Amino acid sequence: MIGRYVVRFAALGYLAVLLAAPVGYVFWRTFRHGFWPAWDAVTTPDAVHALKVTLILVAIAVPANTIFGVLAAVAIVRHRFPGSGIFNAVVDLPLALSPVVVGLALLLLYGRGGWLGGHDVVFALPGMVLATMFVSLPFVVREVVPVLREIGTEQEQAAATLGASAVQTFRRVTWPAIRWATAYGVVLTTARALGEFGAVSVVSGRIQGQTESLTLYVQDRYQAFDEVGAYASAVVLALIAVTTLILMTALKPKEETR
Amino acid sequence: MAASAEALPAPKARRSAAPGLAIGLSTLYLSLIVLLPLAALAWRAHGWDAITSPQAVSALKLTVVASLVVALINAVAGTAIAWTLVRDRFFGQGFVNALVDLPFALPTIVAGLTLLALYGPKSPAGINVAFTRWAILLALLFVTLPFVVRTVQPVLLELDTEMEDAAASLGASRAATFRRVILPNIFPAILSGVALAFARAIGEFGAVVLISGNLPFKTEVVSVYVFGRIESGDSGGAAAASVVILVLSFGVLLAIGGVRRWATRHDR
Repeated sequence: MIGRYVVRFAALGYLAVLLAAPVGYVFWRTFRHGFWPAWDAVTTPDAVHALKVTLILVAIAVPANTIFGVLAAVAIVRHRFPGSGIFNAVVDLPLALSPVVVGLALLLLYGRGGWLGGHDVVFALPGMVLATMFVSLPFVVREVVPVLREIGTEQEQAAATLGASAVQTFRRVTWPAIRWATAYGVVLTTARALGEFGAVSVVSGRIQGQTESLTLYVQDRYQAFDEVGAYASAVVLALIAVTTLILMTALKPKEETR
Repeated sequence: MAASAEALPAPKARRSAAPGLAIGLSTLYLSLIVLLPLAALAWRAHGWDAITSPQAVSALKLTVVASLVVALINAVAGTAIAWTLVRDRFFGQGFVNALVDLPFALPTIVAGLTLLALYGPKSPAGINVAFTRWAILLALLFVTLPFVVRTVQPVLLELDTEMEDAAASLGASRAATFRRVILPNIFPAILSGVALAFARAIGEFGAVVLISGNLPFKTEVVSVYVFGRIESGDSGGAAAASVVILVLSFGVLLAIGGVRRWATRHDR
């Protein structure tokens, strides 16, 4: 029975040293001198602008990837088509690929001398949107695919037999079954889109007050030796992450008892 | 779209335009967002000395070795955490369970900053690993923590304790039971989680960039190396090194697919 406690304390100790302590410490450091210095640091014009940029990126990337995610999941599960294996692997690719590589690829495509160069994509907001869409692409697909597989096609076929159109079948039969999985995927997509750093860092050109997202702002403040600004804006991102975490925990049981 | 529709194997009558639409639209989106930029990357890659230069080779080696070490530590630590979450009972277990997902939710730059705050030059604990290879390991361990836990946990949950009871009643020690009964059952899940952690570690940038110091030949990982090439205007060389990372990542993904198929071979 001693073994059990050894494993427990080893596991919890590992989590404490690696996760809880560093994150907790940054919160403490930020609010060490009270709430208002931290508040002032994240309400400077540049910080507010950075938050706005981040919200714009999320507002475009998340809906686009949600629609794509549901369509792609239906395509993968319900229909076998030539090249579906490659399709699957390409969908997963953004999970494994270095964000710096993603940023560079966009730079080479839309930048000077690129196939689609000459427009204000790179070093501007459109490039950052494309980078965010790229890195947060797989999450909805990955959550919806297993659920679609598990519910099978019987109910959909029954609906079709009863004369429902493809759209009706989707809206009345398929969608209610996958909506929690979709919601969970949306939460994951949002978390990834909010936190993207490497890809956005390459394509944005980091023009302060223009193309700086909140993650870039954190690094910028840190490198300018503005510790209060860096920690406070990191805490803003961490608070959003914690909110995401709570949503994830709240949605997960529903997804598992499907 | 016509091409994909006619290639469908014996489509049922009711599935008229809908499958073609789902496949067509999602393929178009995937091509525009993912494939086109990557094609441009491969097209513009040149300057093979950017891959074969000592600095590049050293960055690549460091990244692969660090990722392997991190993957192995995750195999042990992740399994232990999953075990604690499934088989143990203690106060605050739900909180710990949610905490495990934190690295997925936390932006990587924030992860790097938090590690730097506690284990950097101004460490209140007196532990300073900043600008050393230990820092890289620490950062990679942070961001890859959930992978093995989240692949092993569901398998452990489903695992019947009857087999273990049988083994114990036949006189097997706890260690023998774990090694001979539990481990074979959770091994595919561990392997799958380890591969995911490895793939993630290879490409990590945000968590590493602040704390590693990015010293060439010492603490420069391959993502940071590519970033440096871009900054110095050598986008051809950066693209060449990126193609190496791309091939590596794609290879790991295919291997994970293989592991999954192998792991579920009895289910079908």
